[in-house]
Parts: sequence; C-alpha cells; structure tokens
Amino acid sequence: MTAMLIAQLEIETDTATVPASANLRCAGAWTAQGIAPVEQRLTALSFPSASKLVIDVSAISALDTAGAWLLHRTLRALEQRGVKVRISGMRPEFDALLQLIAARAGTTEHAAPVKIGLLASIGQQTWRSLLGFSGMLAFVGESAIALLRSLAQPRRIRWRPILHNLQTAGFEALPITGLLSFLMGVVIAYQGADQLQRFGANIFIADLVGLAMLRELSPLLTAIIVAGRSGSAYTAQIGTMKINEEIDALRTIGVGPQELLVLPKILALIIALPLLTVYADVAGVLGGMIMASSKLGVSFDVFLDRLDDAISLSSFLTGVGKAPVFAAIIALVGCFQGFQASGSADSVGRQTTVSVVQSIFLVIVADALFSIVFNWLNL
Amino acid sequence: MAPPQEPGAVVDIRALHTRFGKAVVHENVSLAVRPGEIFSLVGGSGCGKSTLLRAIIMLLRPVSGSIRVFGQEVIGLSDEKALPLRRRWGVMFERGALFSSLTVAENVGMVLHEHTRISAPLIDEIVAIKIALTGLPADAGAKYPNELSGGMRKRAALARAIALDPELLFLDEPTAGLDPLSASGIDELVKSLRDVLGLTIMMVTHDLDLLWRTADRVAVLDKGNILGIGSMTELSHLDHPLVHEYFYGPRGRAAREQAWKKK
Repeated sequence: MTAMLIAQLEIETDTATVPASANLRCAGAWTAQGIAPVEQRLTALSFPSASKLVIDVSAISALDTAGAWLLHRTLRALEQRGVKVRISGMRPEFDALLQLIAARAGTTEHAAPVKIGLLASIGQQTWRSLLGFSGMLAFVGESAIALLRSLAQPRRIRWRPILHNLQTAGFEALPITGLLSFLMGVVIAYQGADQLQRFGANIFIADLVGLAMLRELSPLLTAIIVAGRSGSAYTAQIGTMKINEEIDALRTIGVGPQELLVLPKILALIIALPLLTVYADVAGVLGGMIMASSKLGVSFDVFLDRLDDAISLSSFLTGVGKAPVFAAIIALVGCFQGFQASGSADSVGRQTTVSVVQSIFLVIVADALFSIVFNWLNL
Repeated sequence: MAPPQEPGAVVDIRALHTRFGKAVVHENVSLAVRPGEIFSLVGGSGCGKSTLLRAIIMLLRPVSGSIRVFGQEVIGLSDEKALPLRRRWGVMFERGALFSSLTVAENVGMVLHEHTRISAPLIDEIVAIKIALTGLPADAGAKYPNELSGGMRKRAALARAIALDPELLFLDEPTAGLDPLSASGIDELVKSLRDVLGLTIMMVTHDLDLLWRTADRVAVLDKGNILGIGSMTELSHLDHPLVHEYFYGPRGRAAREQAWKKK
C-alpha cells in the first residue's frame, strides 16, 4: 500500500558508457505527498545532448499539480539541454493536467526580492524614527486643536465615552493599584526599618514612607500600571479599528476620530490618574504604617502624628501634580501608536508593544525632568 | 425528505440538527455529495449555509445527526484522527482568511511545508504554479494580503485551498465581492479544477451565474430545512414560493436566460 502512495522512478540506459538512448519509467503516486523521494534524483538527472530518452508514464497511478509541475520541469530542463524526449503511455486526464500546467508555467517567473545593505538599513531605520517623531508631534498638535475646538463648543464633548473610560481606566484599576502600592509601602518600610533602628530613629519611618510614596513612588507606580493596563488597550482598540477601516468610515461619516476616540481617552485619563494616585498614596502609607508598627513598634497614632509634621502640602501636590502630565503622555502615546497600525494583525501587536514601552519610557523621563524643575524651585 | 443513504458519497449528512443557544439553525438536514460533482448550497442570508459548511469541516459541533466525509464520521472526531482527513480537503473562507503576516507565496507554501517533505526550492515553484493557476499575476506572490485587492485576495485564498491538491474543496462564497470579469474567471477555474484534477467541490454561493454555469446539483436551504435538491433546471420547476422567487426574480431570470443561450 505504501508503495502506491509514493512516486517511483527507474532509469534504464543502454550499455555504452556514454548513453545514446535511455528509458525512464515513472510509477506510483506523483502527488504532493509522494514526490519527495524522486525530486532529488530528477534534479540530478543528466543526459548528453542529442541522446534519445523515452519516458514511460503509463504506471503513474495518481498525478496532481505538484507532480505535474515536477514532470513538466524535468521535461523542460532536458529539452533545453538538447535531449530528445518522447513520452509514452500518457493517460488523457493526466495529459490535460500537464497541458494546463505548461500553459500556466510561462507566467510564473518572478523577480527575486531585493536585498538591503547594512548602511541602507541604518538609513531607513533612522528615517523611520524621524518620521515617527514628527508624526507624534503632528498628532499632539491635532489633539490640542481638537481639544480647543471641543472647549469652544462644550456641546461637542462626548461625555459617555469619557465616563466609560473613567470606569475602565480608573475605577477598574483600583484593586491592582491599591494592592501594588500597599506592597510598595510595606517594602520601603521594611528596607528602611533596619537602618533607622540602628540610629534609634524609629519615628522617622513616617518621613521615609510618606515622602517616598507621596512625592515619587505613587505617581510613578500608578502611571506604569495604567500604561500597561489602559495604554495598551487604547493602542489595540484603535489599531484594530484602523485595520478594519472603521477609522476611514468615521471620517466619511464626518466624525473626527480625534474627537470620538482620542479626546475622551485623554480627558478621562487626566481625571482618573490623579485620583488613582491619591488612592495609591493612601494605600502605600497604610502599608508602611502596618510594617512600622510590627517591625519598629511605632503605633498608628504616633505614625500619623509624625506624618502630619513631616509631609507638607507641597510634597503631596508635587506628587499628584505630576499625574495629569503622565496621563496625557500615556493617552497620547497609546492613541498615536494605535493610528500607526497598518495592514495586519501582526502590526497591532507590534504597535501595542511599542506603545507600552514608549509610554513607560516617557513617563520616567518626564518624572526625571520634574525632579530637576522642583529642585530649582526648591519645592 | 431524507434521501436514501448513498454509498460512496464524498460528503454524507444525515438528520443534522444544529443550534446556537436557543436559535435553531438546522432542524433536519440530509444531503449527499457525490464524487466529482460540483454541489452548491443556496438560500437566503442567515439560513445556515455557512454554518453547515463549518459543521462539515469540524469548526462547529452539531447537536445531533451524522456527517460522514470520505465515509468517516467527523462529529466528535479527535484532532489526531482528523488530520489525515483535513489533508484531503481544502477550504476557502468567505473573507479569504489569509495569514496577514505572511506573503501570498508563504501563505500557500506553508501548507506544503507543514504536510509534505518536498524541498524548499521545489515548493517555491509549486507555489508559483498554484498562484498562476488561480489567475494571479506572478508578482502577487511576494505581496502581503493587505496589499492586494479584494478579488486578488480571493484568488490567493483559493490558491492556498488547493495547495495540497485536495480531493474535496469547500468554497464559501467564491465570487462574492468580485467584479463580473473576475467572477467569471472563478467560474472557469472551478470548472477546470473539477475537470482536470477530478475534484469534488462543495460551495456556498448566491451567484446565480456561477450556479447555472458550474453547479451539477444544488440544495436549497430555508429555515433549517432543505427545500429541494437537484440540478438547476430541476429546481427551477420546483413549486415553492421561495425557490420560485429565487429563480424567477429579476436577477434569476437574466442568469437563466444567459445560461440557456450558452447551451
């Protein structure tokens, strides 16, 4: 049975050392599943020109396009080398297939893909990055114009998507933000406890936890969580809409995609992120407080008393004040990368990755800039 | 209504019952596709034609009934046992379903790489001939699906469906969304595939021209039941308001007259 499912080939040559004529007997199933064994042998086949070759195909039990192509290719190669080929025993239905393949074969030559050199590829990459940067700038500009237009006509602000985004990006992020911030507070208190205990400065645990969480860690941690949760979702949503031509459809209906898709996200995130940051502040300090009482014996009311003295209003505000800027960065990058998607499902995945990496990167850069500016201002 | 069990039928469906939640899609569907014929399913939108196709190719599990393909029951078949069966059929989806991250040539070649031991250069050549067979220009092979027009994407999908030279070909709306010229190209292609390769073809279509020109037998589906099975000429004599409307509506009449002229 297996013998029937693969292609077979027998070559008989006349006895002379340089054969002047030969018989080629093809048998078995010349199909995509079966031709693998004879493929190598056929390519290696060589006959001197002007020799006579008889190909007997009467024993071929099955022929499909793959097999027919192999046969056709072999015949053509032999003829080009001047071998006189005669085919015998061709069944009419196989002949029809061979004719079809021969008729279509002329149109299959295609150009090899162009190879790109190292220098050229560096150039292309650089150019693409520059284009991406200018595209981002243009996008920020467009969003600003759309925002101004909306503010001039408050009737055009889309409240429903804003509320929806507030819920998904803000409210639904509460558990994860709270938990991570709480753990962060625990970790900082735990790390600080040892050092403070050595100097007998147990009470300063409140300063350490309070300042670190409120000024730096809460805003940063919240922004990173939101970039991962919501920034990626924005890119994936807009990217998929772009590929399904939904963005084009919006434009033809006369609804600006900026107005419908981008602005609500930016506005919602600018509202949600500061609120989440305050919530993270509370959770982080709570974590530090629990750790302080168990490790250092600083009771809750002593801790809170000290916290009141240690943390000025400006410390709290510098932390929360960064959040809207982070929010704008995350929403803008997320939406922009969504619009950059084109063509395939692959590209949505790629842009989503780029979006998360870029927004976290920009958030940290912005945080560093804030530190420098606050330092100048002595805040 | 159920026709007698046909020995040797390529696809044999008995008393099929399909449901999505509470919505009944197929109540009692029985039909048989004979070897070497072009069998077509027709019916209004949402009558379950594509669902029936999906049930046959094991993408959907019916509630009850039996579906035999090449004599083997496919309902409840394990993936491992289904593999040899899957190699024997090719499917062309309505919207192409080409892998968007691969070029057309890679789309077609992938099937050959997965299921045969043919060398890569020969696969490239076979892919080129398949692409040419479906009437695509040679440079289409290097393009990505999103760079192709709707009609070309359809041809590329067909090229992938016939990559392994299947014995049975399922076509879901092969001509939908094509210009008349490309559509009649598909007509010719479907016919020549059957004649030259001896394929059995089962298709879902609304295209009356395609039906008159290619289909050997047609099954009319309505509200989960089969109204009738037969050649187009037989069906056009069937006395049912829906069938009548289908064949004698303005579009049906034009297609029928053209088909008669051709004969």
